[in-house]
Amino acid sequence: MNEAILEISDLCTSFGNAVIHDHISLEIMRGEVFAIAGSSGCGKSTLLREIILLQKPISGSIRVFGKEVLGLGDMEALDFRKGCGMMFERGALFSSLNVLENVSLPLQEHTLLSQDLIEEIASIKIALAGLPASAKFKYPGELSGGMRKRAALARALALDPELLFLDEPTAGLDPLSASGFDELVLHLKRSLELTMVIVTHDLDLLWHVADRVAFLGDGHVLGVGTMMELSESNHPLIREYFFGPRGRAAREQAWKQKSITR
Amino acid sequence: MDVCPSSRTGWNDMQARIEIVGSEIHMAGEWTISGVADLEGKLAELPLSGATSVMAQDIEAMDTAGAWLFHRTLQGHGLGIAGLKPGHAALVEMVASLDLAERTEPQSRGVLEKVGVAGWQLLSQLGDMLSFIGEVAIALVHAAANPGRIRWKPIWHNLQHAGFNALPIAGLLSFLMGIVIAYQGAEQLARYGANIFVVNLIGLSMLRELGPLLTAIIIAGRSGSAFTAQISTMKVTEEIDAMSTIGISPMEQLILPKIIALLIALPLLTVYADIMGVLGGMIMASFDLSVSYTDFIDRFGSSIRLSAFLVGVGKAPVFAAIIAVVGCFQGFRVEGSADSVGRQTTKSVVQSIFLVIVADAIFSVIFSLVQL
Repeated sequence: MNEAILEISDLCTSFGNAVIHDHISLEIMRGEVFAIAGSSGCGKSTLLREIILLQKPISGSIRVFGKEVLGLGDMEALDFRKGCGMMFERGALFSSLNVLENVSLPLQEHTLLSQDLIEEIASIKIALAGLPASAKFKYPGELSGGMRKRAALARALALDPELLFLDEPTAGLDPLSASGFDELVLHLKRSLELTMVIVTHDLDLLWHVADRVAFLGDGHVLGVGTMMELSESNHPLIREYFFGPRGRAAREQAWKQKSITR
Repeated sequence: MDVCPSSRTGWNDMQARIEIVGSEIHMAGEWTISGVADLEGKLAELPLSGATSVMAQDIEAMDTAGAWLFHRTLQGHGLGIAGLKPGHAALVEMVASLDLAERTEPQSRGVLEKVGVAGWQLLSQLGDMLSFIGEVAIALVHAAANPGRIRWKPIWHNLQHAGFNALPIAGLLSFLMGIVIAYQGAEQLARYGANIFVVNLIGLSMLRELGPLLTAIIIAGRSGSAFTAQISTMKVTEEIDAMSTIGISPMEQLILPKIIALLIALPLLTVYADIMGVLGGMIMASFDLSVSYTDFIDRFGSSIRLSAFLVGVGKAPVFAAIIAVVGCFQGFRVEGSADSVGRQTTKSVVQSIFLVIVADAIFSVIFSLVQL
């Protein structure tokens, strides 16, 4: 647990005059579920996009698996990307391919395995993501929101990445599906020993699933730690976030569940 | 350096290995998605049936792909497995426990069924199209009865985009067409010394047929496709539903303005195309057949009857209605995805050009019957 798999240091980003990240530094350890929280527009998703090289920061450094990723050439970037899985907020499934083809695609592109084995491995990922086998031959347009997210997760898992990025995995899901997703994330962490970076506003997800949480606001990291530690923070933005009416409810529920399990 | 799979992909070089020593199967290396690339082919050839136990203590790493291969290889052999690391064993167990179900790919249809389905789709599309035309007709009658409800702003907008902005391309193409016809005709006519008849050739072919047809085809490609793309994208992003919810009828806001604008624009464009086409022919005639401009215009006035022009321009509103209705109709038939928008746009252009030409053929038959 004490080896950093992802180190961000002194990262600065701005769009025009708006400063999004002002010298941000974070460390994410191997095997942990790390959540990035903060109010809308504070640059959470931007941070994620910068880590997976979809967007360039102005300055700073991002080291993944001990290697600097900013400024990588195309070939090296490809190697790096194979080690990471990304689940996009709205799924970003290819609408002309069915679920099985969507999940098989990375395998077909980057491995020399036979088509049969590829389909079997893709089926494993689909089952791991909690989709019924009947969903394999459906097209994204025929899936419900929750199933689409699971299919997107299955595709992100296709190449057995060590590092998995999830952008708002529970946004737009009903409470039942959302808590199903919480369970899924925990299950994946236990069984595959994944390191996960989750961008979310979902307080239940933060309380139940995240090992550590970084709270972004005003372009800075306002706090990093377990939810317990964060909820004791004195920073007004964090207090507002966690002790607003919804924050309090989620916190109480988390307390209750902990006392039951003990 | 030879090009083996691992060096090609630049992944680690620790390949998964499997060997048979006596009655033992030795497994080693990295059973990961990058490590098992070579293994799959070898597995099929290995005589596993003679073995009694598996020594797995040398497996250094394993992910779900490796675990699946491990499970798949040993499945049904009932071998004793020794030395598998607990973490890897758990992974194999988890992979084995997943319910993958048999491949339930929908059965592909037989030829007869495919023909039937295609035929039925064609028929039902025809039915939908007819009912859409009916709706449009009712809306047009309503609009005529309550002119106050007609939305002029989108009409102006469409007039500009589908009409005015098409002037350069429609003019240029019919100008070139006029030149081509005069040039092709010149050789034949000059052979008989019938140079002056080039006026009849150009006048009749441009005014009656080519002017309206060419313009309609350009507009079908230019504006029909734009109508479909706009409406289908709006449908995919639920803008059309939002519009209905707010209480604005998409028919009044989107479809009628397009149809009305095209009904106005296409005849005007046709007149413009006629002028440019005849101009092109006139220039070519003076170059190639030494028919002077004044002779050309004199002859034009005496030999081309007004009916030729009216027949041509009279067809334009019909073509306009076809293009606009097909464009809007195909836009509304979109289904959910980005892919579908492209498909519908293609369909819209192909169908409207096809229908325009069919309508033109029908017009020819009718006009020859009534001897116009």
